[in-house]
Amino acid sequence: MSGHSTYEPKTGFERWLDMRLPIIRLAYDSAITFPTPKNLNYWWTFGGILALCLGIQIVTGIVLAMHYVPHVDYAFNSVERIMRDVNYGWLIRYMHASGASMFFLAVYVHIFRGLYYGSYKAPREVLWILGCIIYLLMMATAFMGYVLPWGQMSFHGAVVITNLLGAFPLVGNAITTWLWGGFAVDDPTLNRFFSLHYLLPFVIAGVVALHIWALHVPGNNNPTGVNVKSKADTVPFHPYYTVKDSFAIALFLILFAFFVFWFPNALLAPDNSVRANPLVTPQHIVPEWYFLPFYAMLRSVPNKLGGVITMFGAIALLFVLPWIDTSKVRSMRYRPTMRLYFFIFIAVCLVLGWCGAHEPADAVIPNVTTFTLGDYDLNSMVWLSRVATLYYLAYFLIITPVMGLTETPLPIPESISEPVLSHPASGPVAAAAATKKG
Amino acid sequence: MLRKGIALAVFGLALVGTPALAATTSEEPKDIHWSFEGPFGKFDAEQLQRGYKVYREVCSACHSMDLMYFRNLGQKGGPFYDPKYPNPIQNPYVKSLAADIKVKDIDSETGDDIQRPATPADKFPAPFPNEASAAASNGGKAPPDLSVMAKAREGGPAYIYSILTGFVPPPRGLNVMAGRYYNPYYPGDVSSFWTGPKDQVPKGGFIAMPPPLAPNKVTFDDGTPSTVANEARDVAAFLAWAAEPKMEERKEFGLGAMIYLLIFTGLLYASYRRIWRDVSH
Amino acid sequence: MVSDTALGANPDPLASSDDPNRRDFIHIVTGAAAVGAVVSLAWPFIDQMNPAADTLALAQIEFDLTKVQEGQQVVVKWRGKPLFVRYRTPKEIAEAVHDDHADLRDPATDESRHKPGKPQWLILIGTCTHLGCVPTFGGGEYGGWFCPCHGSVYDTSGRIRKGPAPKNLAVPDYSFLSDTKIKVG
Repeated sequence: MSGHSTYEPKTGFERWLDMRLPIIRLAYDSAITFPTPKNLNYWWTFGGILALCLGIQIVTGIVLAMHYVPHVDYAFNSVERIMRDVNYGWLIRYMHASGASMFFLAVYVHIFRGLYYGSYKAPREVLWILGCIIYLLMMATAFMGYVLPWGQMSFHGAVVITNLLGAFPLVGNAITTWLWGGFAVDDPTLNRFFSLHYLLPFVIAGVVALHIWALHVPGNNNPTGVNVKSKADTVPFHPYYTVKDSFAIALFLILFAFFVFWFPNALLAPDNSVRANPLVTPQHIVPEWYFLPFYAMLRSVPNKLGGVITMFGAIALLFVLPWIDTSKVRSMRYRPTMRLYFFIFIAVCLVLGWCGAHEPADAVIPNVTTFTLGDYDLNSMVWLSRVATLYYLAYFLIITPVMGLTETPLPIPESISEPVLSHPASGPVAAAAATKKG
Repeated sequence: MLRKGIALAVFGLALVGTPALAATTSEEPKDIHWSFEGPFGKFDAEQLQRGYKVYREVCSACHSMDLMYFRNLGQKGGPFYDPKYPNPIQNPYVKSLAADIKVKDIDSETGDDIQRPATPADKFPAPFPNEASAAASNGGKAPPDLSVMAKAREGGPAYIYSILTGFVPPPRGLNVMAGRYYNPYYPGDVSSFWTGPKDQVPKGGFIAMPPPLAPNKVTFDDGTPSTVANEARDVAAFLAWAAEPKMEERKEFGLGAMIYLLIFTGLLYASYRRIWRDVSH
Repeated sequence: MVSDTALGANPDPLASSDDPNRRDFIHIVTGAAAVGAVVSLAWPFIDQMNPAADTLALAQIEFDLTKVQEGQQVVVKWRGKPLFVRYRTPKEIAEAVHDDHADLRDPATDESRHKPGKPQWLILIGTCTHLGCVPTFGGGEYGGWFCPCHGSVYDTSGRIRKGPAPKNLAVPDYSFLSDTKIKVG
């Protein structure tokens, strides 16, 4: 990939293979000797965690597909058969179901890390866009996977989300009919969702390969945002980051296991244990937690098409972020004002999620009625999500470009090693290293 | 709810609250202790046996359990598990329980519909041939299948217990339709049937099921007093087991996995510290 | 040393001056624990392909012998395969016993292939031991079965007499519940 290779084939076979398909060289250069900034913190371990999540979802998913039946009459029972009769079926299904939530948890941390440390800025725009594509594919995959157990929430969730596309003028109805393969969500819909749910993870894996490729051209960003200047700034990926990533993965697996073994149903709606019934809608339709912020944005606009455009626009903004951001400084460590706006942005995303879990008319402060503004009382989830949606949009469209031009950043270190080497608290090892170097 | 609360606190994202609904209301399910709660909780086999009897003698008249097979009763963790018969279809007690029930079959020689005694490999037969007939015989509302009922309702077994023990005379001012019963634990919206003050609409809803349990309706073989509360608690426990028959296996496996993971994480940390000890960062 | 400048700030952990045995030990234990975890988690993913509980529950069947007439066989499905239940005539039994000491490819006495005192009842798994086809009842020169796929010939005891099959038709694990009822599996 980048830089010259230090791989030296040791055996005759390796030399023979290296002349024909330098695959060992590729693995060696990208996973062993790859020079990695030595100051990466734990937020950087989520890349490895996400690779593991994708692996778990693919392996458990292939196994589940051996037992699952994509037919409206059998889907629910086949999932229950997995839970009851298949050897360790409960384990594999709960890993897959909780795994989806864990995957999204990790991807959100990964995205926010990239936002905070400016990992999307030149020369990493393509890397960032590939990541956004992965995120979109994950959302599509998760949505279609949720339909497969054919419970009440599966069915009516599918109805609501597919109807979103009906918002587009002229072609909307044609699109939904085409997507359904009929006049409602039914057996043809379930079958094609199963097919695509099986396919998309492999597409994700392909884009992940490109994502890693695009990472290995400029190399990792780091918490200072300063480019790697010399070899002293880096350590080889193995063993330094293999062991650090592994440790973080183990911590992550503890959280994962906690859900799989003790709270497997905590993140699943009880209504999905009721067989799908097209004639009765559950009392409250709520998407999975990882979609809630977008769901709140959708409902905050009192116009169907407007809501859909706002929701998709919120994601589209991520794609163009590298060109919206005018700041030359990557890391928000050195941008105290922007950092403040960023923390508000995180809070706003959480608030949007919270609003998405409630009915639009629900009071934010319980039992308080203020005055009706437009369609709802001011003290309502819908008004809170309107304010939050505005902040979300403003963060990208106003705050990010304006702050980059107006703020005065803190002094930026010369190199990655500099802040460490000049820092007295680093202890005798660092001092010794500095002396040795001098 | 408590379980869910703890889970979400651990998740670190207080995103999913209980949606406070504008119209639909119900009382929170009664707080009741179950032997299968917590990370080490196990089902009480005797309670499950009593619960099966309540289901068989009372509930099964109207409610199907179409995910349940008689063999499930004798599988590991089930109410009639006997270590002598690891394959439950050989368990003689399960065989005799199954043989008490007639199931539909087709005579392999004549092709006629016949009734024969069930075997452990048979499903619990449904009380009605289809949903339409179930609804027609029950005031227009088909009794729901109970196989995963304990997972399909917020509150699980506590909800089932609360419904079964929660029938009360309707408050004065509440008009109850014929064939419906007021239950404060049943989610519903009774505001249009309420003639009292608008801000004092009673919580709960109208359920199509008449109070199913009564004292001494089921005779427990182990001498447990046959009160409504006992019957309700035992059948709720039975339904909790039926909804999640692999729960004990899951918790046992989880305990081992967690201990292993903790040790593994400790080792990795030691390894990590060792590798990084000379790097200033 | 040339490497000093380059490695000053990021020393190679493998070139440390510590006692190498103690240094490597923790990494070896950690690696072994990782391998152990993967191997033990592999088992559920392998075991899920074994027969599930509902499949095992159907793996035992009971059969009423009064449905079979003398000289005939009834084929029932057991574990997804045909099961031959043959009511042999005295002549067929005599032929089978007569050939007990013939030159057999897979030697077995007729006595060993039926339950004691029930020579008329022959219960066999109806798949050819060559490649799994279902042999035809009464075919072949020995009056037993003839496999249409590759021409294996079985006698009235289900023993292989001619053709490519290596073994006799298999006798399943079964028992008599009463004179007229058997349980297979």
